[in-house]
Amino acid sequence: MSLLSAPTLAHYLVLGAILFAISMAGIFLNRRNVIIVLMAIELMLLAVNLNFIAFSRYLGDMSGQVFVFFILTVAAAESAIGLAILVLLFRNAGSIDVEDLGKLKG
Amino acid sequence: MTVNLLPILPEIVVLIGASVVLLVDLFLDDDRRHIGYWLAQSTLLVAAWATLRTLDIDVVRVMHDLVVDDLVADLLRLCSFAAVSLVLFYSRSYLALRGLFRGETFVLILFALLGMQVLITANSFLTLYLGLELMSLALYALVAMQRGERAPAEAAMKYFVLGALASGFLLYGMSMIYGATGTLEIDRVSRAVLAGGENEILLIFGLVFVVSAIAFKLGAVPYHMWVPDVYHGAPTAITLLIGTAPEFAAFAMLLRLLGGALVGAEVDWQGMLVVLSVLSVTLGHVVAIAQVNLKRMLAYSNIANMGYVLMGFLAADVTGYSAAMFYMVAYVLTSLVSFGMIVLLSRRGFEADLLDDLRGLNTRSPWWAFVMLLAMFSLAGMPPTIGFYAKLLVLQAAVKAGFVWLAVVGVIAALIGAFYYLRVVKLMYFDEPVDRSPIEARADTRVLLSANALALLLFGILPQPLMGLCAVVLVQSQFF
Repeated sequence: MSLLSAPTLAHYLVLGAILFAISMAGIFLNRRNVIIVLMAIELMLLAVNLNFIAFSRYLGDMSGQVFVFFILTVAAAESAIGLAILVLLFRNAGSIDVEDLGKLKG
Repeated sequence: MTVNLLPILPEIVVLIGASVVLLVDLFLDDDRRHIGYWLAQSTLLVAAWATLRTLDIDVVRVMHDLVVDDLVADLLRLCSFAAVSLVLFYSRSYLALRGLFRGETFVLILFALLGMQVLITANSFLTLYLGLELMSLALYALVAMQRGERAPAEAAMKYFVLGALASGFLLYGMSMIYGATGTLEIDRVSRAVLAGGENEILLIFGLVFVVSAIAFKLGAVPYHMWVPDVYHGAPTAITLLIGTAPEFAAFAMLLRLLGGALVGAEVDWQGMLVVLSVLSVTLGHVVAIAQVNLKRMLAYSNIANMGYVLMGFLAADVTGYSAAMFYMVAYVLTSLVSFGMIVLLSRRGFEADLLDDLRGLNTRSPWWAFVMLLAMFSLAGMPPTIGFYAKLLVLQAAVKAGFVWLAVVGVIAALIGAFYYLRVVKLMYFDEPVDRSPIEARADTRVLLSANALALLLFGILPQPLMGLCAVVLVQSQFF
């Protein structure tokens, strides 16, 4: 199989898995900024979208693509709430570093 | 062509009610905020009436099979309405004293409830996801409602990040199951999985992610990190909400996904639930001992209790499911009392959320000490409270399904748990009060909280009707 052959379902799934793994790393390994966590969450949803579209095309079934539109819409609402909470956190804590999120523990 | 909207009438009622509260609130000044509150309460009443009026013992699928209306959905919806209504009653003066007695609070609570209803009646991965997000987004905002303080903002951020991560897991799992079965509808997925022949690896891969997402939402170990911080940081009235009604939605999610869509892969998810259950009951109870904050202690107790729900559920037969459902109802009924007491004891500028704040409660008020005692006995699983039968049924179901060692772990963990529940009782009855201020509460709060506590005792003495109801409802909804 040459590198130039048409991409198959497996290629898309592997790409989706890589994106998903990158976003997981972004959430768990990131020790600096909460905004990066929000970006990682968006990336995670996009990885899922890629999966849905690839399967939808492969199965010849439209419902997967419809689902993607809903995910995109919800992702927009989710980042709006996330950023609102971020602003609130900055106003009250004076910092948006992940490491400063340790006041509640036990 | 006619569209049958009757099965989703309760959802329509709550949606209209939330929109009306939002609009009416614009025209209210600060001393007439109670109009929004009563509108929210009447919405709940009308929605409960609509649920009862459209009660149908058959399973009805409407909206192009996106929504299913069965008896399980009706029962869980009614339980959610009751729980949200009690939360509103209990927290009225708490919210008023903290400047949270506003239209936004009621609207967000109603939208969270709408999300729970959509989740409870979901017959498709799409509606399940949308319901879950509607519920979660409203809850994130509610946690952050107290805008001037740091702890709620931090709790909201943690809740948001981990909740979004759980949604991502759920979606990833759903995409894999969609790829393996070629459909998003839960009953068709179920048939495809039972028929076999689909891509086994894809299906199991998806299953792992879906189980993780459910564990996140339930707060089972090792996906429990958000629970203590959110319970601790959120305003207590919102903790009361998060610890009660959404549990029914989480149970519906467990039932629809594992008991419905993936029932054919039972052997695979049983093993995962065993691990989650063992870790939750032991870690939850052990870590709770070390807590000095009452809300945090109850959060770890919540984690342990979810372990028992999973212990019943993983038996995967009618006894197991109905034991898990009964446990959930019993737990929410008890949580309403335990968190309701913290709300009741809080005053202006004072949160009664430390264990020390309960010291000598008996000398301050014997009745409220007794109410808290009932809640603690019920959580510890002592007769004659409802918590005893809940634990008994769950352990019986586990033994019947052949998980004797799991039941033994459950009993040992319950004994460890009894230590910190009884410590609360000791503090209330045998210690001198630190704080001697009188306990003030609205009359409706006092009556309802007392009735709620007596219900723990009543259902503990006469548990059969509720147990029977759970089993009948599950059988009628064709889970077997």
